[in-house]
Amino acid sequence: MTTARTRPLPGSLGELASRNAAPPSSSSEPCKIEAKHLNFYYGQKRALEDITVQIRPHLVTAFIGPSGCGKSTFLRTINRMNDIIPDTHVDGQVLIDNTNIYGPGVDVVQLRRRVGMVFQKSNPFPKSIFDNISYGLRINGLAGTTSELAGQVEESLRQAALWDEVKDRLHESALALSGGQQQRLCIARALAIRPDILLMDEPASALDPIATQRIEELAYDLKKKYTVVIVTHNMQQAARVSDYTAFFWLGRLVEYDRTEKIFTNPTEKLTEDYVTGRFG
Amino acid sequence: MRRSLDLAFQACALLVLLAALAALAALIVDVVRDGTARLSWDFITGYPSRRASQAGIFPALAGSIFVILLTAILALPIGVAAAIYLEEYGRRNFVARAIELNITNLAAVPSIIYGLLGLAVFVRLMGMGRSVIAGAATLALLALPVVILATREALRAVPKSIREGSYALGATKWQTIWHQVLPVAAPGILTGLILSLSRAIGETAPLITMGALTYVSFAPDSIWSSFTVLPIQIFNWVSRPQRDFHANAAAGILLLMGLLLTMNGLAIWLRDRYQKKVAG
Amino acid sequence: MRRFEFVIERGLFLCALLSVGTTVGIIAVLAVETAAFLREVPITDFLFGTEWTPLFSSPSFGVLPLVAGTTLVSLIAMLVALPMGLLSAIYLSEYANSRVRRVLKPILELLAGVPTVVYGYFALLFVTPLLQQFIPGLAGFNALGPGIVMGIMILPLVSSLSEDAMRAVPNGLREGSYALGATKMQTSLRVVVPAAFSGITAAFILAVSRAVGETMIVAIAAGQQPRLTWNPLVQIETMTAYIVQVSLGDTPQGTLEYRTIFAVGMLLFVGTFGLNLLSSWLRQRYREEYS
Repeated sequence: MTTARTRPLPGSLGELASRNAAPPSSSSEPCKIEAKHLNFYYGQKRALEDITVQIRPHLVTAFIGPSGCGKSTFLRTINRMNDIIPDTHVDGQVLIDNTNIYGPGVDVVQLRRRVGMVFQKSNPFPKSIFDNISYGLRINGLAGTTSELAGQVEESLRQAALWDEVKDRLHESALALSGGQQQRLCIARALAIRPDILLMDEPASALDPIATQRIEELAYDLKKKYTVVIVTHNMQQAARVSDYTAFFWLGRLVEYDRTEKIFTNPTEKLTEDYVTGRFG
Repeated sequence: MRRSLDLAFQACALLVLLAALAALAALIVDVVRDGTARLSWDFITGYPSRRASQAGIFPALAGSIFVILLTAILALPIGVAAAIYLEEYGRRNFVARAIELNITNLAAVPSIIYGLLGLAVFVRLMGMGRSVIAGAATLALLALPVVILATREALRAVPKSIREGSYALGATKWQTIWHQVLPVAAPGILTGLILSLSRAIGETAPLITMGALTYVSFAPDSIWSSFTVLPIQIFNWVSRPQRDFHANAAAGILLLMGLLLTMNGLAIWLRDRYQKKVAG
Repeated sequence: MRRFEFVIERGLFLCALLSVGTTVGIIAVLAVETAAFLREVPITDFLFGTEWTPLFSSPSFGVLPLVAGTTLVSLIAMLVALPMGLLSAIYLSEYANSRVRRVLKPILELLAGVPTVVYGYFALLFVTPLLQQFIPGLAGFNALGPGIVMGIMILPLVSSLSEDAMRAVPNGLREGSYALGATKMQTSLRVVVPAAFSGITAAFILAVSRAVGETMIVAIAAGQQPRLTWNPLVQIETMTAYIVQVSLGDTPQGTLEYRTIFAVGMLLFVGTFGLNLLSSWLRQRYREEYS
């Protein structure tokens, strides 16, 4: 039995594509998000090692792997959220639409407008539901007149499948909503500013099964308009929701392929061990 | 034997603690006994006089309120701004650490030294004269370390998740602080301000040193006018040999303590009222 | 947008810098006036002279009587505050349950919140007359009354900081002592207090610094007669009370008499600053021991 350490780990989609017979489930569009030899350090400690991957648009891509494998860290490099943590640095490139977002002269604020994020623990602002949504619009100068703004807020809430539940209480506190509703509110908030990409960091891990199911359906629907990347520690969720899956382990990308293949016939032994539950 | 020694020790320690509290009680009883008779509407609205029974405390009361309001206007924006810088912007650099150390030292400088500073800089150098504004500026410097400390704690108490949510929407640092962090921290900041003002209102030495008068027969009518404050009036009366003036001093003390209790009560009410807000 | 953010950050920084400006201002003001003072009065006369009569027509500028007055009152205050504060801290930290602590601590803190002018009133018109009933030779203005009252005022500071230091002592040490059969008193006095020693000392030093810098209690109740003495029963004058005395008068700016308050202020500042530094250093040390 060979282990991950003695077999070479695949580093790019190129190698995989040669083994991969079936075409991707949509788009021959160019890749949306690309990492090239990305290394990420918290101080001296390397958390991501030589990550190279190409993520396609209008699909749901899942990042899976055990705790501490770097999947959340990688997710956060895509919208440069790691910048707010002191003492971190990046080696290599992350490209969105072929532009290196870690290059000089990149406006992080603009980047985050285009790349939205939903967090593991929902974090609505302690304001009304309406103000939660309008905040992103206001600070980015996207808010229209009062009636236009109301329309924008409604649209975001509809996209997040929350409108019917809150339409009569838009000006009540967002903190009064249930956990699942709060998370959908956060999704609506992110969608309001019309990003291209939506990053979801274990969005349903704190929710009950019914709320989880709604989030998963949402993630699946949203790919029509957005590129969705979802981090999850729940393999069944990844299998249900995603088109492509990337398996991370100890800071390295072990395998990246279509979801069906990862879960039924993975190339790497390590992947197989993980998805069959041989280790947590 | 050891057990009884232990009990004796415990009793001793408790007695000492109670003795301190008894001293406080004695003080309160003494002041109430001496001053209640003199406390009347005439006393509060009247003007000083050479005849103790006709003397009133209005100029001092007006002076105290005027000075404290000005002190608040000066200390709040500067203190909050400094705290925001130290807490949100300057976390890692050496200059910020030096400033922090400096503030801690300033908090322990005797208040009379601030009076000397105020005398030399505000009264003489900047030509403000022995005015209300010079007094307020002196007290503002005195109050600043406490305001900064309280603001920093209030800022620290704002959950990180709110900041992250704001950054993820493409907000700049200042937008995040102004729209999300400050509103949540506001009650804590106000509480800190009120507490520092309640200390300032009892300050005597720095104001005497910078030139507040001890005998004032008019209430201050502008920021440039000379003035006196409650504690100085109390000091003036207690320094006179006639017993009748001592009664006035006691009445003045009751007034001052009443003001203090109100301010502290307000601070506590504020803190309790808004503690639930961010709990979510 | 970038521009705006930059301007905001600079503005906030300037406000933070103001605190540095305050310290610089204090040092500059004191230094300039003290230097002018020392041009006319030799520093040895100032620091070692035993007569302080700067307002007389043939003045003397020996500051020792003021220093003696400050020291005497502070000493008395410490004799009250240190043992009582430490015992209170031991009781609150080692004996009291959380309900008792929740009630007693805030009341104790109230002592610290009373304005000092009120304490001065109390010292002059209640404590001194009370003491005079037991000590016949006690003058109306003296060091004993205000010293005791100052001690009571400072007690919460000693108690609170000592309690912090004691609570930082790991429980393991206490448990080890109890397991050997020691009583609470033995554990407190022989294990906890020594372990918290640097923190408690830091508290004491900070309290001394507060006492030295305290003004109104002594201005009201201790008197205005500078006297080089250890006798707590007679009138004296402290450094702080002297500054108040001159400020109440009509001393014109730029005169030698005016400068004396800055010279005395400089001495006061240096003294308290040194004590504060020492206290901080000790507190840093005890934090490192248990981190």
